[in-house]
Amino acid sequence: MSDEAFIDLAEHITESLKGSVSKYEMIRGALVVYAEREKVARVLQFLRDDRECACKQLIDITAVDYPEREERFDVVYQLLSVAQNHRIRVKIQVAEEEQVPSVTDVFSAAGWLEREVWDMYGLYFSNHPDLRRILTDYGFQGHPLRKDFPLTGYVEVRYDDELKRVVYEPVKLTQDFRRFDFLSPWDGMTDVQLPGDEKGAKPEFGCADYRDRKKAS
Amino acid sequence: MSKVGRKIEIAEETHIRPYTLNFGPQHPAAHGVLRLVLEMDGEIVERADPHIGLLHRGTEKLIEYKTYTQALPYFDRLDYVSPMNQEHAFAMATENLLGITVPDRAQYIRVLFSELTRILNHILGITTGALDVGAVTPALWGFEEREKGMEFYDRVCGARLHANYFRPGGVRYDMPDGLAEDMYDWCENSILKVLDDMETLLTENRIFKQRTVDIGVASAEEALDWGFTGPMLRGSGVAWDLRKVQPYEVYDKMDFDIPVGKTGDCYARYLVRMEEMRQSVRIMKQCLDEMPKGAVMIDDYKIAPPPRGEMKGSMEALIHHFKLYTEGFHVPAGETYTAVEAPKGEFGVFLISDGSNKPYRCRIRAPGFCHLQAMDFLSKGHMLADAVSVIGSMDIVFGEIDR
Repeated sequence: MSDEAFIDLAEHITESLKGSVSKYEMIRGALVVYAEREKVARVLQFLRDDRECACKQLIDITAVDYPEREERFDVVYQLLSVAQNHRIRVKIQVAEEEQVPSVTDVFSAAGWLEREVWDMYGLYFSNHPDLRRILTDYGFQGHPLRKDFPLTGYVEVRYDDELKRVVYEPVKLTQDFRRFDFLSPWDGMTDVQLPGDEKGAKPEFGCADYRDRKKAS
Repeated sequence: MSKVGRKIEIAEETHIRPYTLNFGPQHPAAHGVLRLVLEMDGEIVERADPHIGLLHRGTEKLIEYKTYTQALPYFDRLDYVSPMNQEHAFAMATENLLGITVPDRAQYIRVLFSELTRILNHILGITTGALDVGAVTPALWGFEEREKGMEFYDRVCGARLHANYFRPGGVRYDMPDGLAEDMYDWCENSILKVLDDMETLLTENRIFKQRTVDIGVASAEEALDWGFTGPMLRGSGVAWDLRKVQPYEVYDKMDFDIPVGKTGDCYARYLVRMEEMRQSVRIMKQCLDEMPKGAVMIDDYKIAPPPRGEMKGSMEALIHHFKLYTEGFHVPAGETYTAVEAPKGEFGVFLISDGSNKPYRCRIRAPGFCHLQAMDFLSKGHMLADAVSVIGSMDIVFGEIDR
């Protein structure tokens, strides 16, 4: 689908959903619709039932954590239309203590996907019929995909031969967790221009090949 | 006492309350570590509640701490019976963000090995599914053929399973001499015969049909509503295949058909997979016939490492190599959702980059996750033994479901 067709579609969506959709954007050939948090079920229902959108399939729900933002999380819905052969991405912004309306009434597939977002990010979905943890252990504490959750976690399990059962203990690292950070003023960097490193105009991504530079000089 | 009177008495005495049955996690028919809590009314499943996550390794979290090159091998370990298709999704997502195009020959090699993987995956899926309903021989015959396919993996990348072969920018190595000929020979003379044999054993087999026909039926609407993709969706009569409708790499140059089921039951899904393998053989042959000569990796040393020979002579190549294997390449900020038609369905990667050398977020959309979610409605009202058929026909692998 061409960008123009997508923009027509986006205009149609924002027109029909005034007050529920704040804006839209084209990101690398994909249509992203920004919706209001409280109205997300209505937006998804419209995208499903509208003849031009016809997104009968909810492919995925996920969240992204931006800890520095006031509304910390993005919840991202990926929709697919089999009839029209296009994809629409819906995004909402959620603060940590806010609730997201569940879309299980609109798409049955949302059940487990929302459970996973709850498990991984701790976002509460209101009116979800069965909001339990899904991937983590029974009785697990915390939400592992948040940026402030350490990679090593807090507890580890082992089989205790005396107690004859599995026991949970705080993580003991024999060596401190090291995060190797090789970021450097190499010209692979795209977003930083260090003083004294102005070797010419920065290309849009990466760097021009050094052989091109040889040819040029 | 009359006969009728006694009958009533027995019926009252043997009235069974619904009870809960724990199935798995260590059960051969659970295809890995599936714990299924079944509420049973006698032998009828009233509610199925799959408990997953026993193989959860936190792949998405780990990838946030790794460079793009280091993140790739994690994809082999998701659905470990179709590793290359998943690498493909991640490699394409990265390429999409980098804005690069893969050389022609690499595209052909990718398609060739994606289709080989599809065959290997379906052989495993079908034969273990058949094993669950009592047919042992297809597994014995199929696995021999599967092993030959694994050898092609081995020859092209050095590993039977965890390939790490598709890289952002192309594939790691060119195919060794003689591999193309051997693969063509395999397509021509070996695999189709085994597929025929497997079909003779299963397709018209009375027991196999009794166990799969009209079991676990999903209508087209239900399949869409529950987020089915791949053979699960096509088995329900929806003609949808990303290779056809949103073609990537060189699939638009390939001539192949998409099998579509009619009934949406376990048997239809079996038939769809069976035909898909034959179509994959067709695609493989076309790839081998039409494969152009040339580079298999993009010619940009900021993304792809320079050849070893050049590294020995050129200081700049050495620096590039060093920087690529320590810092890695930087990917411009942005986001993309890239999906491929993996053997099990739509495998998607939602990749967000913040411009650094590590992904900010890498969401993995696994087809099996949505399929297993439908376990409850697919097995409701069926016998316990049919729940096993349903699991078998979903072709679930826990590496990708638990991630």
